[in-house]
Amino acid sequence: MIALHGGETIPVVDPTSADGVFSLLWLIIALPLAGAAILLIGGKYTDKWGHLLGTALPIGSFVLSVVMFFSLLGRADDDRQVSQHLYTWFEVGHLDVGMDLLYDPLSALFLLLITGVGSLIHVYSIGYMSHDPRRRRFFGYLNLFVSAMLMLVLAENYLGLFLGWEGVGLASYLLISFWQHKPSAAAAGKKAFVINRVGDMGLSLAIMMFFVLFGSTSFTVISENVANASETQVTILGLLLLVGACGKSAQFPLQAWLLDAMEGPTPVSALIHAATMVTAGVYLIVRSNFVFELAPHAQTAVVVVAIISIFWGAWIGCAKDDIKKALAGSTMSQIGYMMLAAGLGVAGYAFAIFHLLMHGFFKANMFLGAGSVMHGMDDDVDMRHYGMVRKAMPITYLTFAMGYLAIIGFPGFSGFWSKDKIIETALADNWLVGLCALLGAGVTGFYMTRMMLMTFFTNKRWEKDVHPHESPSVMTVPLIVLAALSVLGGVLILNDWIVDFLAPVTGVGAHEDPPLPALVISIIAVCVVAVGVALAWVLIGKRDVPREAPQDVSFVTRAGREEVYGNLINDTLVVNPGRHAVAGSLVLDDKVVDGVLTGGPMAVGALATVGRRVQNGYVRSYALSLLAGTLIVVLALLAVNLT
Amino acid sequence: MNITAYIVLSGILFTIGCVGVLTRRNAIVVFMCVELMLNASNLALVAFAKQHGNLDGQIAAFFVMVVAAAEVVVGLAIIMTIFRTRRSASVDDASLLKY
Repeated sequence: MIALHGGETIPVVDPTSADGVFSLLWLIIALPLAGAAILLIGGKYTDKWGHLLGTALPIGSFVLSVVMFFSLLGRADDDRQVSQHLYTWFEVGHLDVGMDLLYDPLSALFLLLITGVGSLIHVYSIGYMSHDPRRRRFFGYLNLFVSAMLMLVLAENYLGLFLGWEGVGLASYLLISFWQHKPSAAAAGKKAFVINRVGDMGLSLAIMMFFVLFGSTSFTVISENVANASETQVTILGLLLLVGACGKSAQFPLQAWLLDAMEGPTPVSALIHAATMVTAGVYLIVRSNFVFELAPHAQTAVVVVAIISIFWGAWIGCAKDDIKKALAGSTMSQIGYMMLAAGLGVAGYAFAIFHLLMHGFFKANMFLGAGSVMHGMDDDVDMRHYGMVRKAMPITYLTFAMGYLAIIGFPGFSGFWSKDKIIETALADNWLVGLCALLGAGVTGFYMTRMMLMTFFTNKRWEKDVHPHESPSVMTVPLIVLAALSVLGGVLILNDWIVDFLAPVTGVGAHEDPPLPALVISIIAVCVVAVGVALAWVLIGKRDVPREAPQDVSFVTRAGREEVYGNLINDTLVVNPGRHAVAGSLVLDDKVVDGVLTGGPMAVGALATVGRRVQNGYVRSYALSLLAGTLIVVLALLAVNLT
Repeated sequence: MNITAYIVLSGILFTIGCVGVLTRRNAIVVFMCVELMLNASNLALVAFAKQHGNLDGQIAAFFVMVVAAAEVVVGLAIIMTIFRTRRSASVDDASLLKY
């Protein structure tokens, strides 16, 4: 235990060795990894059954996760950390890195989310990608993605986590640019990869610093010794980890890749936004709670980044007409909520994870729903070409509506419980932060209602030759399951179950009463959301939506359509200076370096032009120089001999 | 035995040959001058051999003669060929091999 001021404690990581069912921990990662290997190495020989195998293996991991989850529940509260040593990864000098896995309540919940939602997305993809000639390869990449994410959450040390972290980056690159014949998709993949590298730099520096300070990268060792480090060191560590988290979770200022990532097939977006990838940053911060608890300044930075991201994402969500990009903006905003909760410390970690799980359900639901709509609308993503889709696609409509009600926080739905808890905790911590969170909820209500209205209600705007139709059941069944989870997910908070369950990892916070009773806060939050919804209804629902986006709009809308100029900022601050630096170094290379290298031979050549005049072709002049040379030699010899 | 006279004669012959090589244009004459220089050195070698009372110098002179004979064969052949192609035996005319 690390005791903090104010009666809070955070537990150290102290796992017991894995036995029984837990000794199969490695299999959870190995199953999808084997799937990826078989599908990608097997090539076209696996075309026929590849998608079935690729779906079955994550389901296998899900079954194992469920079994282990219940075994973990059967254990005592203080005995819920299990580690498995697989083998020594490498041993260099004092650095001894084992391939160790850690299974505790935090990883348990992540495993359920990743394998559960991930499996549903796999099932959905069977239908969604059925006409794609490269479907088998797609499933190989999906399996790689899932296994990398599982490695990330199961690793017992930061290097193992980093392995999964990079695996996730690789898989996201492969999947975002899956339709690589489109230049925009290829560019989006590269962009995601490059921006993620910036975040990875922060994480890898943090890992190096962990090694320098504690001689190890293991959670167990670091959590035991972190209290010995100075506050400056811990703050730097926290900030470096935050940079890593920002990259992976698309938080300000490393958010620009998230919207371009919509170039990938829709199931990929669902996987990135709900089950894998963007949740990794939140995981990293909650997992590193022993660092952040000792670094209040780093926590403040997390909160600031989170609040900027909440509004930045919401702004984009309000203005985009592309349904997937609007959803992506919403993801950035919702991840901001999780980061906010994680930045609030012991009181907030459990709620961050709670919101992460709920978000996994409803966001996967809505992304897959959006995919279903696109499927019926000939892959059109512009909401201005939709309208009244509800008549043609009733199941998609109903399931999407469940996700919608969950994300805006309609009382009783999963998002209501999770967002309410975050707002409450934020208010208890700092009224300004709480107010921002409250306001963000209102904006969420606005942009989600806008999306809902433009897609499923308002006037019919699609072309004559577009015939929206309901998707096949292989796609709607996952939607129904996810919709049910979006509705019912809130049960996890009953009796504060999830808080108690996560306590062995996140610690027990001193209870801080919010300035207002919880019920009053909930009512205010619902009212704020209602205002947002009403505003959307007045602005969009009550009138006809034009088929073309109006151009004479306010600066706020234009900025939102331009993703709040995130790309412009990146271009101005990084990309263009980089280009100029490259052009400059090219000139330097051509003129200076090449100048020196070619200048030497040129000088020798010039000298030779003068020297070769001696070769004038006249034999007699050669004879004269021969004679002269001989004379000089003879005279020299005489001079030496005579003296 | 005093060999000074021989050495002086050898020096005079060598100088004549040398000046001939440097000043004459006709390839045959230049060639003859080269032979003169070789024989001047032969004379010096034989004179020194006589002074030292051994055969080293005379053997060297034989070598020079053999080499000179071979050189005459090759050199005359080259001069003949040049004369046939260029209708001239002037060494200054054969000045193609230059910068």
